[in-house]
Amino acid sequence: MSEKIKFTIDGKQCLAKKGQNVLDAALENGVYIPFLCHVKGVKQAGSCRICNVKVAGRTMTACTTPVAPGMEVENDIPELHDLRLAIIEALFVEGNHFCPSCEKSGNCELQALAYRYQMMVPRFPYSFPQKEIDASNSKILIDRNRCVLCKRCIRSFQDDQGRNLFAFKSRGHKVEINIDKECAVNLSDELAQEIMDVCPVGALIRKEKGFNEPIGTRKYDKKPIGSEITSVV
Amino acid sequence: MSKPIVATTSLAGCFGCHMSLLDIDERILELFQLVEFNKSPIDDIKTFTKQCDIGLIEGGCCNSENIHVLKDFRKNCKIIVSVGECAIMGGLPALRNGIPVKECLAEAYLDGPTVGNNTEGILPNNEELPMILDRVYPCHEVVKVDYHLPGCPPRADLIWEALVALVTGNELKLPYEVVKFD
Repeated sequence: MSEKIKFTIDGKQCLAKKGQNVLDAALENGVYIPFLCHVKGVKQAGSCRICNVKVAGRTMTACTTPVAPGMEVENDIPELHDLRLAIIEALFVEGNHFCPSCEKSGNCELQALAYRYQMMVPRFPYSFPQKEIDASNSKILIDRNRCVLCKRCIRSFQDDQGRNLFAFKSRGHKVEINIDKECAVNLSDELAQEIMDVCPVGALIRKEKGFNEPIGTRKYDKKPIGSEITSVV
Repeated sequence: MSKPIVATTSLAGCFGCHMSLLDIDERILELFQLVEFNKSPIDDIKTFTKQCDIGLIEGGCCNSENIHVLKDFRKNCKIIVSVGECAIMGGLPALRNGIPVKECLAEAYLDGPTVGNNTEGILPNNEELPMILDRVYPCHEVVKVDYHLPGCPPRADLIWEALVALVTGNELKLPYEVVKFD
């Protein structure tokens, strides 16, 4: 039996396994720290920055910070609330997130975070970038207008030889998600659905299966994201 | 005390947000007890006849007339509220943002599959027509907007609660279900 590490989040006593990151440990202790790029069991990227918490006055991403004994984590404080909302708003203006026409609407984690934090309008000007859509794959449509570059798909999906199904192309503001045409030539319907579910936004859409659930029955229509862990105060 | 005066308009919108306002159902009777309408499609008053308290704006700005109307609203209303996704972020019309206006006009009037017998290749250019802007602008990028009500359309309950809060000065407490972007 490995020894548990004691630490606190907003004063609440928590226990973590050795080497466990703050985010996973928080979720296991019933504390919700919001996140977009994290996938349980997959190597952390720390790319979305939404899980920012404060430790000893410094802001750090909960997903990439291992729990240390006696660590005092600040999570649910106004400063971080505003920081997280600012990141969500920045993601909205950086892409073309027109929710009413998106198949993922209602099940989208970015949208759900905006709901949870009651984003009425982003504080930044919209950039309306020009992005290409790739519909060449028979099962998956890539709509880069909605991509938040979280790398969830890159980290989550490999073929039987360990080759990534997805990869970034280009750098800086030109960076875009791409699908390996050879590796992804014969995707099953189940895998296509899994890919769509891993994508936190509507950038990876399973073809021929859109708008399946009526408004009111979708994942985040009635309950805020994370409410199964901590309800919105 | 006289009732607060409300004006409404649809710029580059589809009137869906106005329809959603009508979705408050019988509360519309209550609304007419609470406020008086001025320039609005609700009562068909075409021009401002007095200073208003609240201006509800549906739709973003896609042409010179939208800009003119929006600025007119800003001048005549104490509080401006962007109602719906189009007013807030351009919405559906903003899908053309990034595509040159020339290409958009060519698709609509010259090359599109539904273009009829425009053999002379005429683009609408009558001086009576408003000028198309280079892109669609959210209202708050043109004038100062005080409040934003998201949704496509915003839920009737959201419009109702926001209006009542504005008119009565009570705190606005919104249930989770009413703030949605679709």
